[in-house]
Amino acid sequence: MKIAVCIKQVPDTETKVRIAADGRSLDETGVTFVVSPYDEIAVEEGLRIKEKRGGEVVAFSVGDERVSTSLRTVLALGADRAVHLKDPAFENSDALGLSRILAAALKPEAFDLILFGKQAVGTDRGQLGPRVAELLDLPHVGVVVRLALEGDRFTAHREVEGAQEVMEGGLPVVLTAQKGLNEPRYASLKGILAAKKKEIKVLTIAELGLNPSMVGSAGARTRWEKLELPPARTAGKILKGMDPGEAARELVRLLREEAKVI
Amino acid sequence: MKPFKALDYYAIDGLLSEEERLIRDTIRAFVSEQVLPRIEKHFREGTFPKELIPPLAELGTLGSSLQGYGCAGLGPVAYGLIMQELERGDSGLRSFVSVQGGLVMYPIHAFGSEEQKEKWLPAMARGEVIGCFGLTEPDFGSNPAGMLTHVVKKGDKYVLNGTKAWITNGTLADLAVVWAKLDGEVQGFLVEKGTPGFGSKDHEGKFSLRASVTSELFFQDCAIPVSNRLPKAEGLKAALACLNQARYGIAWGVMGSALAVFDEALEYAKTRIVFGKPVAGFQLQQRKLVWMATEITKGQLLCLQLGRLKEAAKATPQQVSMAKMNNCYVARECAKLGREILGANGITDEYQVGRHLCNIESVYTYEGTHDVHTLIVGQDLTGIAAYS
Repeated sequence: MKIAVCIKQVPDTETKVRIAADGRSLDETGVTFVVSPYDEIAVEEGLRIKEKRGGEVVAFSVGDERVSTSLRTVLALGADRAVHLKDPAFENSDALGLSRILAAALKPEAFDLILFGKQAVGTDRGQLGPRVAELLDLPHVGVVVRLALEGDRFTAHREVEGAQEVMEGGLPVVLTAQKGLNEPRYASLKGILAAKKKEIKVLTIAELGLNPSMVGSAGARTRWEKLELPPARTAGKILKGMDPGEAARELVRLLREEAKVI
Repeated sequence: MKPFKALDYYAIDGLLSEEERLIRDTIRAFVSEQVLPRIEKHFREGTFPKELIPPLAELGTLGSSLQGYGCAGLGPVAYGLIMQELERGDSGLRSFVSVQGGLVMYPIHAFGSEEQKEKWLPAMARGEVIGCFGLTEPDFGSNPAGMLTHVVKKGDKYVLNGTKAWITNGTLADLAVVWAKLDGEVQGFLVEKGTPGFGSKDHEGKFSLRASVTSELFFQDCAIPVSNRLPKAEGLKAALACLNQARYGIAWGVMGSALAVFDEALEYAKTRIVFGKPVAGFQLQQRKLVWMATEITKGQLLCLQLGRLKEAAKATPQQVSMAKMNNCYVARECAKLGREILGANGITDEYQVGRHLCNIESVYTYEGTHDVHTLIVGQDLTGIAAYS
């Protein structure tokens, strides 16, 4: 069983983000970066399948040098090797560009299973799984909460509004992981030490055989024009110095006239 | 609860390797997710969180600094960071891991026979066998050379008599490393739970380390096979070598307690409003926070450099004493200041500081009291022993 897991490095979900001076990117000073939480679920699923059925788990990520720490983290969790897709030409790729990079890296390896998190925390686009599936001409099931493999067939439960859909099909397939699929493990100390000896292979645009016009800013069909923090919440209103009856009447009036919710 | 933010005022993170940071962050996440949600209840009820033994073993924290026999073989700094993170959770939990690794697995690894190592170390790393370390006696704490526990050889058995006190993991343990005099010289012996003549009982009514087991051990004509002696443990210095190992871990560990207390106090001071402004807006409170931050930063640097010396096999026991002495003092003061900043809230277990405040009293005293470590450094500086 050959399993690929595509991960994205994102600011720690506990980080208070600031917008950089250009107004279009994040100020990275003091920000810690982690593997996106849904991707951790994808990694865990890959490792569990490998532990049951044998084979290997290979982690992929696109990004600059910083990303190597996240790949190392995934190796510490138990992935066998990692591929770091790193090239100045990849900078500012949108979801289309990123999916082209990943598809080019994944294609020659002929994986049985390609796993993503359902979306990366931060941009929350949720596009890479389906886009890569399209480019590789593979079936895709998104937002998977339960997965069973039997021979070369899979059964995946996916969340839809108020219900679960059960999808069956054959491998190879692209799946995106949703919370609930599993509980990701902690890296063991031995795993962390072992990760140092595992390979992180760097592939550049030339090695992937991609045209610079298809990736990075040049290949982007979408662009971040402007980033804004959500407006600060206005202070709440406290009804003071009234007897309960009066306060209730005033509250109803405010709910009707100001908040317009009743 | 607001997520924990570790003070790193001097960007000390940059002095750690990627691997050391990853190890630290892994244990930090484990403590936040698995330890903190349950520790107050255990502390309140005076129970040890046994359910954490399997995950602690799975992570590889038991005997993590030892080479081979199923142990991770970490460097001293990575080991220290683990102690720091565990004690950020609770001193009792860190004590459990310290004793298992530093005081039981370490002497078996350093002074044991090959058979003893094969028999015990892998099972202890897996958390299937829990150990305790019996050195201190009811009447001999700082002066272990005076111990009364003794052993007499009878045929192919050693017969053990005496009492040990203040033994972490005592009633929990499957295996005790017991120090006793054989022909007047201190030696180490392995005593298994259930050996006739070996009894144990918990110390009752503890204010401190309530989420940890502390016991007395009794040996009455307790006969053990001669093969249970640690063959390479010659004299009291072997026992002291174990303590040196554990004290190193404590110097790091208590920084975890101080970091927890500081983080909580800073957050409280910034959000709690008195006289119309945050507590942190008052000069007297800022002074407390600044003292804590400064001393924690100094303590962190002390640990880190001690760890690097240890990596190069250049750390002296006296340097370990200085770090244990200083950092326990700092953590103890931080707990007091943190409690002051939290006002009345600091005395309930809705907040962590009260637990750390109580715990640190034990840590300040065990594994060589603050005063004894002061005299060890004093002797090292002056060449004059002031113990007697």
